Amino acid sequence: MKRNSVFAVAREAMRQHSGWRRTWANPEPKKFYDVIIIGAGGHGLATAYYLGKNFGITNVAVIEKGWLGGGNTGRNTTIIRSNYLQDPSAAIYEKARSLYEDLSQDLNYNVMFSPRGVMMLAQTQHEIRGYQRTAHANSLQGVKTEFICSARVKELCPIMNIDGPRYPVLGALWQARGGSARHDAVAWGYARACSDMGMHILQKTEVTGISQKDGTVTGVDTSRGQIGCKKLGMVVAGHASVVAEMAGFQLPIESVPLQALVSEPIKPCMDVVVMANTVHGYMSQSDKGEMVIGGGTDAYNAYTQRGSFHHLEETVRALIETFPMVSRLKMLRHWGGIVDVTGDRSPILSKTPLGNTFINCGWGTGGFKAIPGSGWGFAELMAKGESPLTAEFGLDRFRVGRFIDESVAAGVAH
Amino acid sequence: MLILNCPYCGRDKDETELTAGGEAHLKRFGPGSSDQDFEGYLFGRANPKGLHFERWRCAAGCGKWFHAARCTATLEIFGTYKAQTLEPPQVIKDAITAKRPGWSWRNFS
Repeated sequence: MKRNSVFAVAREAMRQHSGWRRTWANPEPKKFYDVIIIGAGGHGLATAYYLGKNFGITNVAVIEKGWLGGGNTGRNTTIIRSNYLQDPSAAIYEKARSLYEDLSQDLNYNVMFSPRGVMMLAQTQHEIRGYQRTAHANSLQGVKTEFICSARVKELCPIMNIDGPRYPVLGALWQARGGSARHDAVAWGYARACSDMGMHILQKTEVTGISQKDGTVTGVDTSRGQIGCKKLGMVVAGHASVVAEMAGFQLPIESVPLQALVSEPIKPCMDVVVMANTVHGYMSQSDKGEMVIGGGTDAYNAYTQRGSFHHLEETVRALIETFPMVSRLKMLRHWGGIVDVTGDRSPILSKTPLGNTFINCGWGTGGFKAIPGSGWGFAELMAKGESPLTAEFGLDRFRVGRFIDESVAAGVAH
Repeated sequence: MLILNCPYCGRDKDETELTAGGEAHLKRFGPGSSDQDFEGYLFGRANPKGLHFERWRCAAGCGKWFHAARCTATLEIFGTYKAQTLEPPQVIKDAITAKRPGWSWRNFS
């Protein structure tokens, strides 16, 4: 694979861009791979990438029902932060955030990581106490966050109305090195690097069954025939329960739609990411100028990738109070993604009841920010059978009651 | 936007007037049960892509809990029925069979 660089851009400009190659290959499936990953979204591709990079396992296939990065990776609001309260969450999300810092260099592909800063507004006395506690916990965990006053909030984000009559802004939890990245580029960059290592990315290949012998996985049935494997990783987000059922076990997961919407593009007016958890809304401005707005989840299970209209209404209503200028904006697009929400709202990275089969799911409403860290930890779990990053995220925690008790994937802003 | 008919007050209710209560027909395991059964009762969920049985509450109406049979992939509703039952009534089963022959859900079919 030719390296991307400023020289490559100059060279191609001289010859009318005739020398660019396909970003990843589109191979025919082999009969057998050492590792099969189901799901070519961010988490699946990152897992494959770190299996190759950190453990030298490159006889890998990543199988995808639709197109690469077309699930929740292409349907989120691209917020990256790691200001979590509990140690296991802070560890894996901070690992992810720190990998994002130099991911473009690592992948030789511009993922447009923009550490523009993330603030979570405190709009009630309860939130002030909660976020001050989180800031203290983060300083012990080595995650750089601080609690800032409302005047500083206004300075960082002048378009905000901090004197709102119902929910005034009283302060915020500020993570200066949080931000956002280009979601497609993350999937494409990992796919390019995986393809470069000789891994197979099989798009439009649906897994229809999982074959096993003596309690251990032997391969998968797909719409393009049977493919054997030594180890299997399921990284399918909203459809985790459907794939787990093929393998013969049940998950503590329910799948619900989560919605987002973007406005027409406007001039730059907001260079931070703002989340308002009390009123259930979050907003940032994309490089194209669109205001990217995320809302809440539906209250009932569905796989429809749209969601109920009244949630949009609630989200927009809440944001208009905090950002009066958006009331005149036209909304261009709106979509939903199916998020997999677990019993304790924390993800699952675990061995499963089926031998040599691993599952990475339950990221719920907060998966994009975790992609590199999740791939890093899950690759280690699949290669070595254990990983310090994933140790607390096992399926057995629901049986023994050792929950990771914070709503990291709750139906509110993430 | 879902519209469910409450089988108690007989009114069609918009989903903003209802509260979703999650999976129906769970068998309760309490003190004395095995850890596995208790875990399954608390956290194990069918989460099917397709036919699902759920609990709903007529929150802004008569306040009663009822059950609904609904498809999570198409949002089609096959019917609602009163909650004082251990399995869906035959009329609901027949309504589902008419549209989804050969269906099954947990122990029902």
